[in-house]
Amino acid sequence: MASSIRVRAILNGDITEVQTLIQHPMDTGLVKDAKGEIIPAHYIQQITFTHKDKTVFLADWGTAVSKDPYVKFGFKGAAKGDELKVSWVDNKGATDSLTATIQ
Amino acid sequence: MTASSGPLANRRVFLKGAGLVALIGLGNAVLHAASVYAATNDNKYPDDAFKQKNAGDAIKALYGRDHEASDKIKLDAPEIAENGGVVPIAVTTTLPNVTSISFIVAENPNALAASYKIPEGTVPAVANRLKMAKTSSVIALVESGGKLYSATKEVKVTVGGCGG
Repeated sequence: MASSIRVRAILNGDITEVQTLIQHPMDTGLVKDAKGEIIPAHYIQQITFTHKDKTVFLADWGTAVSKDPYVKFGFKGAAKGDELKVSWVDNKGATDSLTATIQ
Repeated sequence: MTASSGPLANRRVFLKGAGLVALIGLGNAVLHAASVYAATNDNKYPDDAFKQKNAGDAIKALYGRDHEASDKIKLDAPEIAENGGVVPIAVTTTLPNVTSISFIVAENPNALAASYKIPEGTVPAVANRLKMAKTSSVIALVESGGKLYSATKEVKVTVGGCGG
């Protein structure tokens, strides 16, 4: 299966700009389906970005983050060709991860 | 749900002000208490903060302190969001020693939307997309040098992001 994660990490000066898009329903648990039954909450709770064993960015998310979440940040200290690992875990315990190369 | 679904009643008791010590007997709730107290120190998911209904309680659960408005925070959000399901919101700040950035949508069913840890070496700026149930003020919180600062902006929502 293709990864749920798409990452673009580009070194710009001394800052690596990281844009991430994840495929996930981010169901709030407040919405009903066509039959009037509540769709249970299903959302990513945490994403971790790791560069050389150091967490460079950590996101804690609630249900108010949009479906197929997007997040952008930047960090210093990386070089072109370095690896950046992205991993998420949702409220049902599902996880996915991806290692991207900084360009 | 996973282990995070503790008995709600117990948690309420905790929130009404019992100290950590009083909690030891509450089994499941202790886990939640621990996650709240540790929220600013390590990487535990701040479950309790995300379960709070209103902005004040969420901020208290997450940071445990008051915030003051700062003009060194730039909160970028649309004046009018046509689709409350996807509202692009970004924050940048010139405050020094930023350790975390959080987003609150005051009128959402649960006010806290997202919280980001900013380790040393990471730029204090975040862009993301949030759901808004209706017109609401959006608060960006920036933790800087052990203090909590904020910027607030009203975003009008024409179609809510809660579906249903």
